[in-house]
Amino acid sequence: MIAFNKYYNHFNILSSALIIISLFLLIFKGLNFGIDFKGGTLIELRSNETKINVSSLRDKFSQMNLGDISVKKFGSDNDFLIKFENKDNKKNIISDIKVNLDKSFGNNYDFRRVENVGPKVSAELLKSGVIAISLSLAIMLIYIWVRFEWQFSLGAILALFHDVIVTLGVFSLFGLEINLSIIAAVLTIVGYSMNDTVVIFDRVRENLRKYSDIKIFELTNISINETLSRTIITSATTLLALLAIYFFGGEILKGFSLAMILGVVFGTYSSIYIANTVLVRLRVSQKTVLREDDSK
Amino acid sequence: MLYFSKLRIVFISILSLLFILIASSNLFKFDDSFFNKKINLGLDLQGGSYLLLEIDNEPVIEQKLQNLTTTFRNFFKDKDIKLSNIKIDNQNIFFYVNEENKQKVIDIFQDENSDINPYYPRFKSHQLEIEDLGLNLKINFSRQGLINLKTSSQDQAIEIVRRRVDEVGTNEPNILKRGNSRILVELPGLDDPTRIKSLLGKTANLTFRFVTQNDEERFGVEKLEYEDGTPSVNVSKRIIISGENLLDAQPKMDTQNNQTIVSFTLDRVGAKRFGKATSTGIGKQLAIVLDGKIISAPVVRDTIASGAGQISGGFTFQSATDLALLLRSGALPAPLEIIEERTVGPDLGQDSINAGMIALTIGFLLVIVFMFVKYRFFGLITNVTLIINLFILLGVLTLFEATLTLPGIAGIILTVGMAVDANVLIFERIKEELKQEKNNILAFDGGYTKSRTAIIDANITTLLAAIILFFMGSGPVKGFAVTLGVGIFTTLFSVYFIARLFTSLYVTKNKHNGKLI
Repeated sequence: MIAFNKYYNHFNILSSALIIISLFLLIFKGLNFGIDFKGGTLIELRSNETKINVSSLRDKFSQMNLGDISVKKFGSDNDFLIKFENKDNKKNIISDIKVNLDKSFGNNYDFRRVENVGPKVSAELLKSGVIAISLSLAIMLIYIWVRFEWQFSLGAILALFHDVIVTLGVFSLFGLEINLSIIAAVLTIVGYSMNDTVVIFDRVRENLRKYSDIKIFELTNISINETLSRTIITSATTLLALLAIYFFGGEILKGFSLAMILGVVFGTYSSIYIANTVLVRLRVSQKTVLREDDSK
Repeated sequence: MLYFSKLRIVFISILSLLFILIASSNLFKFDDSFFNKKINLGLDLQGGSYLLLEIDNEPVIEQKLQNLTTTFRNFFKDKDIKLSNIKIDNQNIFFYVNEENKQKVIDIFQDENSDINPYYPRFKSHQLEIEDLGLNLKINFSRQGLINLKTSSQDQAIEIVRRRVDEVGTNEPNILKRGNSRILVELPGLDDPTRIKSLLGKTANLTFRFVTQNDEERFGVEKLEYEDGTPSVNVSKRIIISGENLLDAQPKMDTQNNQTIVSFTLDRVGAKRFGKATSTGIGKQLAIVLDGKIISAPVVRDTIASGAGQISGGFTFQSATDLALLLRSGALPAPLEIIEERTVGPDLGQDSINAGMIALTIGFLLVIVFMFVKYRFFGLITNVTLIINLFILLGVLTLFEATLTLPGIAGIILTVGMAVDANVLIFERIKEELKQEKNNILAFDGGYTKSRTAIIDANITTLLAAIILFFMGSGPVKGFAVTLGVGIFTTLFSVYFIARLFTSLYVTKNKHNGKLI
């Protein structure tokens, strides 16, 4: 049996630090919102000529007065992703750009993807994204409240917050783009982290009923160990699937799968080191679960 | 938990086979319409254009209020009530009426059988609201009145949008209402929406009006610019004929001077009016005005009674074709703005499909190998179940003709990774049971029973996340929610019926062989 409980305090301090750092990053550095949430235009361009590269593209686009521009490679050497503000929401911007590029590059390029999100839509998408995440946290809270005692719900929700905040913190730290698919990833993380926590909690509750003389500090450790191989196997298969998406699923799914990978890692960690320690700190005992059984 | 009746086995097998058969209809062609269903590919996979249009209702509201002022004036004139100082400001009508008539006017507006202010009993609301500001009366659209107005302009606009898109001839366009002032246009297979965008961006409000020299005329005059930038001229506000009078419009080549023109034919009313105007107005300039700009203003040389005419204005063949198309499909009730556009080229779509399939295959193989190494024979059972699960999932998606998107494929891969969870929970539990219980049957039975609450809890949490995502997400993300959510049900089915069946058959046969797992 591995003595997870020996490190409860250490990891609580670490988690608190991670959350504080993440919040700090989120407040002061902020998130790198993509055009879904910031508005603007995105062009994925494929060239078949070496003259077209990041710097020549940046030159061309800067001349066109499009506001903030970012040009970068996208996956392979001849694929580029160009993003700009398009503040005035000009109508024929794409055909204007094509005319302009044709002059210098001829017909040696191709727009593979064009996305243009107006300011109104981006504000709505951001709002509905925030609502979706808040709603999912609220529903999880209600679900676990109905299923378990309040001490358990608190533990699970703290673990959830930890996973969401730290994942977003990593995105902030590295300036990774937040777009619609990242919101999907965060929601899935919420589901996954909950799933992981619930399985351990289920065992904790079962053991609480079984043993009256074991303290919660020991009992959580027993429960974690009993479910450990399941935790490892499920995390492993999920991670294998996600790694396959990350490495082979194409550029568009990279951010999504990365967020999910981080979420699975944090989710697994938090089920052990946050959710359970809350039970210990709240001195959950056999009485807690038995009282609830009586009242039902 | 390990017992299966014969009937049940038959039922499970038939159900599984049915879904596998439905799933396979994506690869083969079936004559039967029930089986010949296919999963729709989202625009991000098959390539195409997604346009979200917003109707700018402000001009419509202004116009409606403008018309209402005339209606009010005439209506109250008949009742010997004089409205004065009528003005429109910020979507409100203000007017003055003397003190003795004030209450009368208010009562007329608030009467449920009012002739000038329709009442909607269903919403317990009038179309217009009236407010006494002391000196003036203020009238504006009520909430319900505005909704009605927006809905009706949306109904008209979607019809015109449909006609224009159909005229261009893209395959299977999808045109839907969004809220009460938006229209969603999905154009599969279209990788350059420039033309459609420019067609949808035009209101196409066509009028024929005389150019006039004097500033004072009964109907009013306005200064309009030429499309090509020629200095503006005064044009009468009196409309001779408008786009509504057109029966048909076609681009043509004028053989005399080699110019592209748009020829049009008028309906009976239009032809009559056009004939009359051209007979009295010989020598005058007739301006052809489109969306507030003059295309051309030819001098009338002859009476045109045939109801056919032509518009010239330095067109290219393309611009003449587009103008004819716009005139044929009719004017939009209000300008449209494209507030969101997402276009994916077909080759990127194909690349995404390929990448998705490669990721699926590799993810699948990794999980299968992992499970086999970990659980040997029971890993094999899990893997066979996983394959069947995948087919059932595809079968369900096919049955509902769901739309598969790139995130949707990611959802399937993720399902593969998470689907083994239930089996793992069960197997681990059985292992624990076997530590105390020598009887294989009892241990397996206990494993299944005791792991059930954890499995259900775990799946419900993921399902809740998927449901929220489905209702809050848009486009491709919705596809992810669908595959993730459906995946949970097919996983539970395959774990509890298929995997358990295999396990049951194996365990009952080998129950005396010591620890089985």
